[in-house]
Amino acid sequence: MTDTPDSDGSADGDDPAVDAAEVEHVAELARVRLEEGETAAFADQFAEILEYFEALDEVPDLDREEDLVNVMREDEIEEGLTREEALSNAAETEDGFFKGPKVS
Amino acid sequence: MATDYNAFITEDTIEGDPDASGPLAGATVAVKDNISTAGVRTTCGSEMLADYVPPYSATVVERLTDAGATVVGKTNMDEFGMGTTTETSAFGPTRNPADPERVPGGSSGGSAAAVAAGEADVALGSDTGGSVRCPAAFCGVVGIKPTYGLVSRYGLVAYANSLEQIGPIAGTVERAAETLDVIAGPDPNDGTTRDPREVDGADAGVPESGYAAAADGDVDGLTVGVPTELFDGADERVVETVEAAIADLEVQGAETTEISLPSVEHAVQAYYVIATGEASSNLARFDGVRYGHRADSDGNWNESFAETREAFGAEVKRRILLGTYALSAGYHDKYYRKAQDAREWVRRDFEDAFADVDVIASPTMPVLPFELGESLDDPLRMYLADANTTPANLANLPAISVPAGEADGLPVGLQLVGPKFDEATVIRAASAVEDR
Repeated sequence: MTDTPDSDGSADGDDPAVDAAEVEHVAELARVRLEEGETAAFADQFAEILEYFEALDEVPDLDREEDLVNVMREDEIEEGLTREEALSNAAETEDGFFKGPKVS
Repeated sequence: MATDYNAFITEDTIEGDPDASGPLAGATVAVKDNISTAGVRTTCGSEMLADYVPPYSATVVERLTDAGATVVGKTNMDEFGMGTTTETSAFGPTRNPADPERVPGGSSGGSAAAVAAGEADVALGSDTGGSVRCPAAFCGVVGIKPTYGLVSRYGLVAYANSLEQIGPIAGTVERAAETLDVIAGPDPNDGTTRDPREVDGADAGVPESGYAAAADGDVDGLTVGVPTELFDGADERVVETVEAAIADLEVQGAETTEISLPSVEHAVQAYYVIATGEASSNLARFDGVRYGHRADSDGNWNESFAETREAFGAEVKRRILLGTYALSAGYHDKYYRKAQDAREWVRRDFEDAFADVDVIASPTMPVLPFELGESLDDPLRMYLADANTTPANLANLPAISVPAGEADGLPVGLQLVGPKFDEATVIRAASAVEDR
């Protein structure tokens, strides 16, 4: 499981096998820490699930003409949450602002 | 003492308007715990939101209390709606009132169990790939997945926005339709809601006297399509029960005709690629800064973010990772683009079918309710149980699950899917299944 195509430039190799290192890599991309034991279990399960997803190859290419329109409204000031309400679930606040972890 | 099915995560009351009149005045309603309730914690079945108290209520909750219904609690669910059994909840599994050793289905298992056990008159669930219809089928009650855009999602904690709708669960088709009457309709806070009367090609729209009036059991002259693909591979006991119910519709004057929907063989694959892709970006909001659990971390932003998100359960992590993978460079075309092609194919298949039939009937679930713990370590097996429900989400169509009878003492649900915004026809057909 890498985030780049195979060396021949295509990602549709026949072998979707997934190893623990690839699971770790995707978990890092997704910023999700895994618990002890989860990595190995996920590797086996992903191999099985991705093999099942392979059947999408049989789906014909279709022109998708979605009939979608934007829904717009006037940009008018409305009542929203108060600052107190907006901050009420935050783990940490300071001077009326959210306080996050240090950036680096 | 009544058996504790663990249907509720939080039992708390939000009083309905005492001056309201109408069918839901004085009714009790159980609300799935991913639908925001001002002042009442809304956990999504997750440790991540165990202490989250929304500062506002979802539009559907406002509409229910305005109609006189009283919220009696927030119901158990698979974490963030990700599951088919309600076992992935951080608050323990819900038991099925029809057989407490079995799962109630999911992800809205607490809502269906609360109605089946008589702990609420009606309930709200959300249905992204079958999460209202599956538990309705497993618990022997009625569940409606409305057409995409009929019911506001404002205040629903998002899992996969392009697929999900809030829908009612009740003991009868008429009761479910009365609840739909209250919650349906455009909402300025959800730009994807539509007024069915203004949608091209959806002439059926809303009946003059509301959806509940459509529950009249009159199927004389109705054409019911029976797609072979949604019966193949299903448990024989389920197939027999559903076929008997369809035969009874013929006795009541409906015509049945065999149809084919070849695209649905790819529905589960397409659903899981699209839903996990949307989930991987939706759940990025749980950063521990604005709301929700935050890990006690000394690390920088990235490390702290990753540690905070360790609190997700295994199924949620699995779906975030699968979605991240399917959308990553080099794999997007292989998985996500093909899944969107499959979605379009499913949409066209149904559209073509509805040129000849009024509704499409099948088993809701291809299996009987699992025993507790049976499918928990085998995610693919759990995903495959969604084979018959995911097509309606991919095609944005209205669908209902109505009890068809029992097999080996366990409830079996019959699913009816209709053309877009033609809720009235699926409600009418379902009321005939119920009447027999």
